[in-house]
Amino acid sequence: MQLDAESVEWTRALESTGLVREQALARLHEMLLRIARGELRRRGGQHPISGPELDDLAHQAAADALLAITGKLSGFRGESRFTTWAYRFVILEVSTKLGRHFWRKPTVALDAQDWDRLPDRFGMDPADQAQWQGLVEALHRAVEEDLTPRQRQVFVAIVLQGVPLDALVAQLGSNRNAIYKTLFDARRKLRATLAANGYLSNAGNPAAVVLADVVLAEADEGRRS
Amino acid sequence: MSDWPALDRFLATDPGDVGCEQALEVLHVYVEMVLEDADGSAARRYPGVAAHLAACPPCDDDFQGLLAATGATS
Repeated sequence: MQLDAESVEWTRALESTGLVREQALARLHEMLLRIARGELRRRGGQHPISGPELDDLAHQAAADALLAITGKLSGFRGESRFTTWAYRFVILEVSTKLGRHFWRKPTVALDAQDWDRLPDRFGMDPADQAQWQGLVEALHRAVEEDLTPRQRQVFVAIVLQGVPLDALVAQLGSNRNAIYKTLFDARRKLRATLAANGYLSNAGNPAAVVLADVVLAEADEGRRS
Repeated sequence: MSDWPALDRFLATDPGDVGCEQALEVLHVYVEMVLEDADGSAARRYPGVAAHLAACPPCDDDFQGLLAATGATS
């Protein structure tokens, strides 16, 4: 794959030695720091961090991203511009660091399984309780009886306790893909049970799933409270 | 669709969803396609990534962040 001129310049400088490499590293670090600061600002509604602590997090993200980039430089194949490839590292570092930071001042009670919050989370009006009560009870039963212990742990943490997924990743020493897959399987299993018992339609399985609406709103709420 | 669309959507899963690892692996390529061509070519080229970003808040956040960072500097 043919690299654009700027990407060629970046890779050559970073693969060289001496002053050329040092200057490229300094310039790249400066760019990564700027992106990290911008990303932390952009996600401001999701975390309570500010001031020097926020800047410290940006510095940590930039430093770790720089290390990852230099370590994986041979993996850059020019499928995108070098800077886009490099920015991805710092954006992911910001996510990881925010996930870890969540536990410094956790805003959720991890010993609680607050099923009373579920109706509100899914937009169920208390006035309609007679209609959704059976569904919520069936869901609760399915979580207890159909999920594996790991699926139940992830479901409870993310859905009932409002723990952000990246924070759960940090707490369990896992990775995002594994936790997402665990929740994905739990969702599929719960849907099948509820559909089999007539609570949900089997036809209602849209291609684009909006887990984001529910989980992000809950994470925001948890971090702000 | 049931009477409880939010729960219905939450429990729905797309078998084409590629998961976090694969989506993040090509995120830089996907972002540039989105920036260069707004007619949905990225989602057509990578339907499994589009399905995943629609379902995974953390990965969608990374996508939005990279889109903002790259768009601001391109």
